[in-house]
Amino acid sequence: MSGHSTYEPKTGFTRWLDSRLPIIRLGYDSFVDYPTPKNLNYWYTFGGILSLCLMTQIITGIILAMHYVPHVDHAFNSVEHIMRDVNHGWLIRYVHANGASMFLFAVYMHMFRGLYYGSYKAPREVLWILGCVIYLLMMATAFMGYVLPWGQMSFHGAVVITNLLGAFPVVGESITTWLWGGFAVDNPTLNRFFSLHFLMPFMIAGVVILHVWALHVTGQNNPSGIDPKSKEDTVPFTPYATVKDGFAMVLFLILFSVFVFFQPNALGHADNYIPANPLVTPAHIVPEWYFLPFYAILRAVPDKLGGALLMFGAIGVLFVLPWLDTSKVKSLRYRPTARVFFFLFVLTCLILGWCGGELPDKMVFQVGATAAGDPIGLNFVWLSRIASAYYFAYFLIVMPVLGLVETPDAVPDSITASILDHSAEKKGLAHAG
Amino acid sequence: MADTVGEITPAGEDPSRRDFIHVATMAAAVGAVGSVVWPLVNQMNPSGDMLAMASLEFDLSKVADGSEVTIKWRGKPVFVRKRTPAEIAQAKADDNADLKDPAKDADRHKPGKAEWLILIGSCTHLGCVPTFGGGDWGGWFCPCHGSHYDTAGRIRKGPAPTNLALPEYAFLSDTKVKIG
Ligand code: HEM
Ligand code: FES
Repeated sequence: MSGHSTYEPKTGFTRWLDSRLPIIRLGYDSFVDYPTPKNLNYWYTFGGILSLCLMTQIITGIILAMHYVPHVDHAFNSVEHIMRDVNHGWLIRYVHANGASMFLFAVYMHMFRGLYYGSYKAPREVLWILGCVIYLLMMATAFMGYVLPWGQMSFHGAVVITNLLGAFPVVGESITTWLWGGFAVDNPTLNRFFSLHFLMPFMIAGVVILHVWALHVTGQNNPSGIDPKSKEDTVPFTPYATVKDGFAMVLFLILFSVFVFFQPNALGHADNYIPANPLVTPAHIVPEWYFLPFYAILRAVPDKLGGALLMFGAIGVLFVLPWLDTSKVKSLRYRPTARVFFFLFVLTCLILGWCGGELPDKMVFQVGATAAGDPIGLNFVWLSRIASAYYFAYFLIVMPVLGLVETPDAVPDSITASILDHSAEKKGLAHAG
Repeated sequence: MADTVGEITPAGEDPSRRDFIHVATMAAAVGAVGSVVWPLVNQMNPSGDMLAMASLEFDLSKVADGSEVTIKWRGKPVFVRKRTPAEIAQAKADDNADLKDPAKDADRHKPGKAEWLILIGSCTHLGCVPTFGGGDWGGWFCPCHGSHYDTAGRIRKGPAPTNLALPEYAFLSDTKVKIG
């Protein structure tokens, strides 16, 4: 889409088609001849992996929908029917259920990559925001999908999350009633979640097209954060990117298969194999691992509305990130101080995930006890408070301030120069500017 | 047309008349879009049969002293608890304690029926079902994010903002209540 097309139809049919619907040309220009920076590393392969994940979820999802029954009396049993009776049903369901985790894992890698290399900065703001929209839709899709098997975690997870919206003053209750289609999570809720769970992946596919379009307008960022300046800085998408992406996909699929075939329930929760019972909440309700950091932020605040707002804010802040970062240098490769804060941020996300899975009053460590026998030390609520504070501080304080006060390293003139520079560094030679 | 101000404006291009047509068309379009969108949104609200969901009669003789039965009403759990004198005394004693959502114990049950506490069993935080017997106030404890309720179902500690809600109910006889 950028530059002029070099596609030349070779057969009579492709020439005929090209002058009527240049779709092969579009594919050729976007995925064959498309110039990609020549220094892309493996962190850049998650985009392709994500497309693979989306396709996998759509295909397995449509198959599951052929056997699944969205009704409170049948949903749980229909999933068991898929597992036990439907030919290869176990495989398809395990691919779909673990596929959701793999998908979210890949998107987190993709996003941390973007954070590290400054891929959200001008001129890629729209590209980044579209990515955030995809992420939001993915979370909504995964949440509604998890409700469908109608186990204990499905049900009570749905209760807790939908009740979050009830935290909003005045309109809260009308919103939850509207969302539930009743006065509690019940059959109408399950039915509409199924409909929306079916729809949303196709909306995601639509936004992915916009995302890739925006990508092809601005061109890819790269580990140096320097835009390609000459032909020397790029290589054609095929074979270079296709082969690298393909190899990464194979590694990813191996990991995926380990889960599907050897640990299919490791990422899920045993309580979800108990049919939903609205009258009893499981003793320890936890969301899927990919929501744990946000769950920890929610619980860090002792106030209902405050917790909900902070949790939504944690995602909302990503949307304005391009305007929070004041640094002119894109890649953290040339921002040693920012790099320290970044790794601290990654650590914070992991800690939040850890907190989200533990009971709030549990002690992280204990140094003693009061006379009454209450433990003294750090419990998980306080750890999540500290971590939440840093999560927001990273975006709202570190990003704007650091860009103004830090002294970045010298940025090379071009991608090619950065590569020579990099390999010189690796060989322990003097820094060659 | 004779009364329009400017003779400069050729007949048929009276600006005020044009404006009127534009505004009227826009208004009609907004109205039309609204009347199409509203049914699409409103269909998600509780349907007629949901709203009509019958009230529930419950036989209290099934509940032993100091125990509790959970029934399902409008998809939600309802606790029917027969309180012991000790529980009632404790609840009364705390009437003037520092309460997050102040309420007298007497307002939590029907007059003269202090032993019967009937509550909607969903935590006012995010809707989990609290269990009786846990917590620091001898009442309910919500396992999800640690809300403590006392023996009158009042919130004492934790993230829940309000006391456990009271459903609408009435005693039909000494041993029968109608919920809803
Ligand atoms: C963005 C892509 C998608 C994600 C992240 C996703 C996620 C999930 C998750 C987490 C579950 C619960 C798995 C379990 O524990 O059993 C689920 C179930 C389900 N999904 Fe999806 N899904 C996606 C796409 C789709 C599509 C496109 C369809 C149908 C067209 C679909 C149909 C179903 C059905 C029928 C179930 C219930 C059966 C089951 O629980 O295994 N999904 N989905
Ligand atoms: S739902 Fe009861 S404490 Fe959160």
